[in-house]
Amino acid sequence: MKSKFQPDKNGYYGQFGGAFIPELLHPNVQELADNYIQIIESEAFQTEYKSLLKDYVGRPTPLYFAKRLSEKYGATIYLKREDLNHTGAHKVNNTIGQILIAQKLGKTKIIAETGAGQHGVATATVCALMGLDCTVFMGEKDIVRQAPNVARMKMLGAKVVAATSGSKTLKDATNEAIRYWIQHPETFYLIGSVVGPAPHPDMVARLQAIISEEMKWQLKEKTGKENPDTIIACVGGGSNAAGAFYNYLDDEDVELIAVEAAGLGVNSGESAATSQLGEVGVIHGSKTILMQDTYGQIVEPYSISAGLDYPGVGPLHAFLYETKRAKFMNATDNEALVAAYELTKIEGIIPALETAHALAVLPKMQLKKDQVVVINLSGRGDKDLETYINHLED
Amino acid sequence: MNSLTNIFQQKKDLLSIFFTAGYPKLNDTTKIIEKLSDNSVDFIEVGLPYSDPLADGPTIQDSSQVALQNGMNLDVVFEQLKSIKETNSTPLVLMGYLNQLLKYGEDKFCQACVDCGIETVIFPDLPMVEYESHYQQLFNKYGLTNVFLITPHTSEERIRKIDALTDAFIYVVASASITGAKGDISNNQIAYFERVKAMNLKSSLIIGFGISDNKTFKTACKYAGGAIIGSAFIKELAINGTDKISDFITSIR
Repeated sequence: MKSKFQPDKNGYYGQFGGAFIPELLHPNVQELADNYIQIIESEAFQTEYKSLLKDYVGRPTPLYFAKRLSEKYGATIYLKREDLNHTGAHKVNNTIGQILIAQKLGKTKIIAETGAGQHGVATATVCALMGLDCTVFMGEKDIVRQAPNVARMKMLGAKVVAATSGSKTLKDATNEAIRYWIQHPETFYLIGSVVGPAPHPDMVARLQAIISEEMKWQLKEKTGKENPDTIIACVGGGSNAAGAFYNYLDDEDVELIAVEAAGLGVNSGESAATSQLGEVGVIHGSKTILMQDTYGQIVEPYSISAGLDYPGVGPLHAFLYETKRAKFMNATDNEALVAAYELTKIEGIIPALETAHALAVLPKMQLKKDQVVVINLSGRGDKDLETYINHLED
Repeated sequence: MNSLTNIFQQKKDLLSIFFTAGYPKLNDTTKIIEKLSDNSVDFIEVGLPYSDPLADGPTIQDSSQVALQNGMNLDVVFEQLKSIKETNSTPLVLMGYLNQLLKYGEDKFCQACVDCGIETVIFPDLPMVEYESHYQQLFNKYGLTNVFLITPHTSEERIRKIDALTDAFIYVVASASITGAKGDISNNQIAYFERVKAMNLKSSLIIGFGISDNKTFKTACKYAGGAIIGSAFIKELAINGTDKISDFITSIR
């Protein structure tokens, strides 16, 4: 039986998804829709993908029992160490997969959008690896707050184009990438999250699914059971959460917790907690939950974390929210900062600001000592040092 | 029947102008329509300013931003258009993004179009498959016609399908691009116009995106029933406001 969490033939998860694209993009999207599953499921792809993930990315990433964190919160907490991937986050799982798909489709020019710069770096990296031309669109505001990643992308040979419209963040970088794609249909749009027109959300979810695939056998080894009680992941567009949830979606006894960025507070007017503030709408080619005003104008979100600063959420997550399969929580800027400092001090791991949001819900939960909780540690915090240092004395 | 159909049957070299409602000033909408009508523009596209217009280039993006800052919204634009319903005889085409219709309410939006005398709408992000599964029925209920865009990359099969689905016109996007002037029309573009023209479609063809002056307009008219000018007109409004609309239209024709 097909899982209800798999999209239908038009790319819908329940009422969410689809491909709301200008006719100009139809040939590109159709080409991908016609081929992606066949490519991903082919033996040749799987061999190459798994081999690169192992020897180039450094997978499997460890599932680490966080003893002191567990003691502090009275639970059995494991950290899925996506921060130890090459380039420092889960994003590379997807870019390795998509660059192989791009090659199979004969594409030589790659474009991407980026928020925190992690996807941009991961894209620039695989383009360098394969010798392909790379252009990354990034909001002007994010270029400033994630400067180390901009430098990395440039060193890797990518062209970084500033998105100067709107809020000058991830949403606008995505707009500019789509506009460029319309004008250069020969390019491959290597999208960074489970967003965009179908089949992009499903393709990215399948490529991130390696996270929960590993979690299953790692948990079995460590606890004797494949299933944890709870999985926690942060959600901007939602790719690391999609990967961490993917192989557990049908196991309804596994509690899934998606953590959104509340910015200065959910109701402060400066927030990116899409599920709480949004309504059904269309953004970047997908019908989903979206922060918008009375007239359907997209509202500019806010979060201290560039990777979560997005007014929508992937259609799979909108469906998980609507069907209550996942519980949606949120954390403010300050709660995330506190959680980042805490993990650093008691476990010696500096997490990315995005990831810190997932950690920040621990104090809000009623945990039990034998409750097995996996937190997807989606990225490392090197890129956020400046923000962390600025808040050192707070 | 859509009133544009009559115009297409009776006239050649149709000139259509696109502008963003609420730009340059909030209350310029009706004035611009009146001046365009006085200068015998054949039909007018009224753009509903949107925060994230994916198919638009910098000129229309900027005008949308200004219009929104001016306080333009769907209630205001529908009020403005309703106020000239009895006096305006030039067909109006409403162009917006699908999320605007979704949020306003599908039936409420369509009813507002009817109340303003609007029979034709364009949503560049409404694909054919979604139209067939839902919006065709919705629009039919209100007597609205949807216009589809085709591009140099649209297959003949899809163009024929689009031809069967519309009774207004087919919007022939002049190049693989977002809106905005590109200079001259290339030989490749002409080959594409000829290819579409030779398909002998039932629908009229109107060329848009990159039509900016007399030369590009005349070239487009050789291969289609007419052409749409958008960004070039917005630039004119940016420089001269609504004062020299007449001169601009004369320079095109």
